[in-house]
Amino acid sequence: MQKPRTRWHILVFLAPAVLIYTAVMIFPLFNTLRLALYSKIDQERVYTGLQNFQTLFGDPIWSEQFWNALGNNFWFFLIHMLVQNPIGIALAALLSHPRLRFAALYRSAIFIPTILSFVIVGFAWKLILSPIWGIAPSMLDAVGLKSLFAPWLGKEEYALTTLALISVWQFVGIPMMLIYAALLTIPEEILEAGEIDGITGMSAFWKIKLPLILPSIGIISILTFVGNFNAFDLIYAAQGALAGPDFSTDILGTFMYRTFFGFQLQLGDPHMGAAIAGAMFAIILVGVCIYLFGIQTRMRRYQL
Amino acid sequence: MSSARKRPFNTLAMHGALILYTLIALFPVFVILINSFKTRKKIFREPLALPDAESFSLVGYQTVLKQGDFFLYFQNSLIVTVASLALVLLFGAMAAFALSEYRFRGNLLMGLYLALGIMIPIRIGTVAILDLMVSTGLVNTLWALILVYTAQGLPLAVFILSEFMRQVSNDLKDAARIDGLSEYTIFGRIVLPLVRPALATVAVFNMIPIWNDLWFPLILAPAEEVKTLTLGSQVFIGQFVTDWNAVLSALSMAILPVLLLYVIFSRQLIRGLTSGAVK
Repeated sequence: MQKPRTRWHILVFLAPAVLIYTAVMIFPLFNTLRLALYSKIDQERVYTGLQNFQTLFGDPIWSEQFWNALGNNFWFFLIHMLVQNPIGIALAALLSHPRLRFAALYRSAIFIPTILSFVIVGFAWKLILSPIWGIAPSMLDAVGLKSLFAPWLGKEEYALTTLALISVWQFVGIPMMLIYAALLTIPEEILEAGEIDGITGMSAFWKIKLPLILPSIGIISILTFVGNFNAFDLIYAAQGALAGPDFSTDILGTFMYRTFFGFQLQLGDPHMGAAIAGAMFAIILVGVCIYLFGIQTRMRRYQL
Repeated sequence: MSSARKRPFNTLAMHGALILYTLIALFPVFVILINSFKTRKKIFREPLALPDAESFSLVGYQTVLKQGDFFLYFQNSLIVTVASLALVLLFGAMAAFALSEYRFRGNLLMGLYLALGIMIPIRIGTVAILDLMVSTGLVNTLWALILVYTAQGLPLAVFILSEFMRQVSNDLKDAARIDGLSEYTIFGRIVLPLVRPALATVAVFNMIPIWNDLWFPLILAPAEEVKTLTLGSQVFIGQFVTDWNAVLSALSMAILPVLLLYVIFSRQLIRGLTSGAVK
């Protein structure tokens, strides 16, 4: 192994990946944070320090939009945590049952929405929920619940929740697969030992399996968090850049896009866009740190 | 668990729950596909009926093929996805080989540096990425997308591949060294073929997000001749909102290639997801 001369091949092996990664990912990331400290005044880029952030948090027009987007984003995340992950875990628990027939078939079918693009998913649900087409109301009518129907995507109070549930529908496959994988690694002996002690069925799930898959649930939570806080595509595809009705479905991704590129009445401002990106970066960083240092290290791992 | 084995009722309930959820998962896709083959009148009158001789119509597909350049979009998406995957796999494997095979100063640090990108989404840097692409003249070219997706895919690829490369036997590589093979030949002829399953896993993980991405095509390559299928269908549907036949057909045409890829690669994807490669 130890050779006195420079081992050029190491450099050759590393160079392409490190160069592309640095030039297209790391450098722009820091450059974006740097650009957030500048403003365009009279066609010139001027260093203005933290003024963009002052505008973002201090100016009522901006701060109201920012807090609205952030609050919506948290609601979006909460629905994923409360609906997507429990359903994913439940499906995985059913699928991992030994001697269940057609498990592979169910698994493949339930994963299909996950592979579709947001554009397809957004429009497909928009059509299905549309009062013009009438699939949703006539289906509710068939079970006698027609009075419950409302144009969910068009109402301020329901639109965000509806979109979050659509996103849940799309991505439930991911927690399902990861938990399924974790459940398969639980050795049969442990479950049999539990059976001898009279722990079977549901209580085996709660008392033996769930504690063993907690680390996977942690990973899923942080993946959901990061994914939700830079989400954009679904809202853009279904509601447009204005995240209607009346910004009720605006999240940080759409807010940043709108600020960066501008829309009907407002010119795009890359520096304010960069400031919002900086805020998103901080939020994601805080989330990841909470996970890495607060949750992951404290979680009890069992040697299997 | 054993009680479920004995009681047929439990098995039935389990199948019931799974069938119910499978229906929920597939219903929207099914509705879009069947209605894309029907006449406008029937789409509204009987949205849940299968197309029959009377209601069958391809008028939506005709509009789509006439108005939208879907073959071009498809070709662009294919070029971007295949090229990005090839670069992610080649450069990722090379870097993973360097990190797992050689001991050198800064090895651990380099590994951590490359792993940073696993958790931090590349979208945060969009403002500066657009700047970069404008100043290098790459904006509105497929190269802009290929570079971004390569950078996005590399961190996880290096991470997964170096885990697998550590398992390749050292004796094999040392034997090759004694036979006088260069380090490049060892990488290309011995290590790469041995980690082929891991390469497939990485490819399948990256394929779907690249194919489906809307953000970067919208920002870096919105021009007509470089539109990807995802962006192309988004724009097309936006323009034809009221032409339900065209919208449903465009959606179906966007669904079918992904569905086909999924049928081909689903075993690989599910094996990858469940093999614990992403722990």
